[in-house]
Amino acid sequence: MYEFDWSSIPGALPILAKGMSVTLELTLTAIAVGIVWGALLAMARLSGKPWLSWPAATYVNVFRAIPLVMVILWFYLIVPALLQQLLHVQASTDIRMASALVAFSLFESAYYAEIIRAGIQSVPKGQVAAAQALGMPYAQVMRWVVLPQALRNMTPLLLTQAIILFQDTSLVYVIGLADFFGAAYKVGDRDGRLVELLLFAGLIYFVICYAVSWLVKNLQRKSVA
Amino acid sequence: MIVYDKVSKWYGSFQVLTECSTQVRRGEVVVICGPSGSGKSTLIKCANGLEPFQAGEITVDGISVGAPGTNLPKLRSRIGMVFQHFELFPHLSIMANLTIAQVKVLGRRPDEAAEKGLQLLDRVGLRALADKHPGQLSGGQQQRVAIARALAMDPICMLFDEPTSALDPEMINEVLDVMVELAREGMTMMCVSHEMGFARKVAHRVIFMDQGRIVEDAPTEEFFGAPRSERAQQFLSKILRH
Amino acid sequence: MGYAWNWSVLLSATPSGETTFLGWLLAGLQWTLGLSLAAWLVALIIGTLFGVLRTVPNRWLRGVATTYVEIFRNVPLLVQLFIWYFVLPELLPSTWGSAIKQSDPLMQQFIAAWLCLFCFTGARVCEQVRGGIESLPGGQRNAALALGLTLPQTYRQVLLPMAFRIIVPPLTSEFLNIFKNSAVASTIGLIELSRQAQQLVDYTAQPYEAFIAVTLLYALINVVVMLAMRWVEATTRFPGFVGGR
Repeated sequence: MYEFDWSSIPGALPILAKGMSVTLELTLTAIAVGIVWGALLAMARLSGKPWLSWPAATYVNVFRAIPLVMVILWFYLIVPALLQQLLHVQASTDIRMASALVAFSLFESAYYAEIIRAGIQSVPKGQVAAAQALGMPYAQVMRWVVLPQALRNMTPLLLTQAIILFQDTSLVYVIGLADFFGAAYKVGDRDGRLVELLLFAGLIYFVICYAVSWLVKNLQRKSVA
Repeated sequence: MIVYDKVSKWYGSFQVLTECSTQVRRGEVVVICGPSGSGKSTLIKCANGLEPFQAGEITVDGISVGAPGTNLPKLRSRIGMVFQHFELFPHLSIMANLTIAQVKVLGRRPDEAAEKGLQLLDRVGLRALADKHPGQLSGGQQQRVAIARALAMDPICMLFDEPTSALDPEMINEVLDVMVELAREGMTMMCVSHEMGFARKVAHRVIFMDQGRIVEDAPTEEFFGAPRSERAQQFLSKILRH
Repeated sequence: MGYAWNWSVLLSATPSGETTFLGWLLAGLQWTLGLSLAAWLVALIIGTLFGVLRTVPNRWLRGVATTYVEIFRNVPLLVQLFIWYFVLPELLPSTWGSAIKQSDPLMQQFIAAWLCLFCFTGARVCEQVRGGIESLPGGQRNAALALGLTLPQTYRQVLLPMAFRIIVPPLTSEFLNIFKNSAVASTIGLIELSRQAQQLVDYTAQPYEAFIAVTLLYALINVVVMLAMRWVEATTRFPGFVGGR
């Protein structure tokens, strides 16, 4: 039977904490950019103007068709080469964090765009008609009637997507960036204690995600009541 | 046939039924009425064990509903039930709705079951719709099919849970007509209903419920002639005024 | 831009000479498809099973199903994969563990990825099935029981056939996800489609062609799955219901 030895974890806590800060930085940046850029994409798709809706739809569909691992690699292997050619940046600059931030932000935007679009469409057409009947112009209809209701409908989904994103940031492992998971793996590999470190990492992710999704569920219940 | 003996039921700490006792004899038609939330639907759903109860006893044809050893599916197959929202199975054709339980529960041969189904569709006047799906029928038609579905099991008694309250007004009578005919043939029936005309015409007894209690349980003429309780009087004056 | 496009590189021979780079990509595609389909099949079965358990009256059975879902939904896919691949063989009795470690590495990678994907996706299918069952009017269950159907018959004949028709769209997106998620298998060395893309970049120095080709292959999978699911939706549709004829 395997004998567990957890002794390498306490000493590794500072490294792990640093990894967690990378994880959170990636998550929060991608949420912020993703929601703003995603909202613009959603509105472009719903605009009814082909020259806006068509490129937005293509963007969303392409990003949703390819695996996140591929997107992270794309931005790590290819985009920097492009930037180096265009801007003559030093080839040795460490662009892993920057490329990961860009990759996650652009990738998540596609998913947020779909959530926001569904949220806007979930508001019954009668609401728009009623607002227009009161004499509101389009912008006011959106601002005072549609968006507040849409936001309410999509908040749980936005938060659930944030939890998924938080988990997905572990994929930066493929470009060797030391996020929380990367740090745990490195420590486990270094000390020959991969089993303990992987289980520990799993446990921490579980506790955080379970707690947040529990909060989301309660929030949902409250907003229904 | 159906005997309730001091039946009580709680949802958590909220008591929905308080010591309800009554009985329905063979061939008897009993209508249960009362304000919404008074426990009428819960009371009849206890009769086939769709709602569990915590105290008292119910027997149907001598079999205890609440006893742990009772074979509930078998008992239910002998008690027909019609629901407020019809509850036909939307993914099955009308004919399949009528035959599924005959085949799966009673073990009848499919052709036998189909013959029985057609016979009952004839009876409710909907033979032409055998191959349609529930979503293609009007509410009144769906409810008539639901009654036929229950009858296909050759039940010893029928439970009706507000069978006309989800219907548009012009469809209520087609359903009531089927129920009146059934009552006249001597079917044992327990109906939760606000259709007082129907109650007057066929019910032997009327039970009035309020706040989880059976407040009044009287022969039909007596109930409509001179309800004893003040609550029943108020209720009647409200729904009969129009 | 100074980039020299050269699509013919895909048709040139690999260093080992047996095939072309395009041949590599197609070999990777086979692994992606095989892994994903094998995992999807099992995920559907256990997802349905646990989805049903999440809605039964017995609270212990519900608890088992809830525990399964919470564990596999709240740990990142990559962490799960590493636990299946690196941790599980260590925790098994040592004879089993060493038997696993001595087996064909490709088999080890494939089995770990398969276990990982079907457990992860099964939890998500489970939630869709539960949602489908819960979205049915409560009266349906009562009506089936009132006719004398047993609880298993009620699920088999009434609740599941309806629930599955309702959840075809979300199941479609889970089906699409499993192909994308299979790309994590590249991290433990399985040479599936996205891993082949990296190899092509290393060997050919034509990164754009390699990535565009692989992206197109993933897009192709997407299109095929969507058409297939649209066909499923159309053939299981019945009259008089949402989207019915």
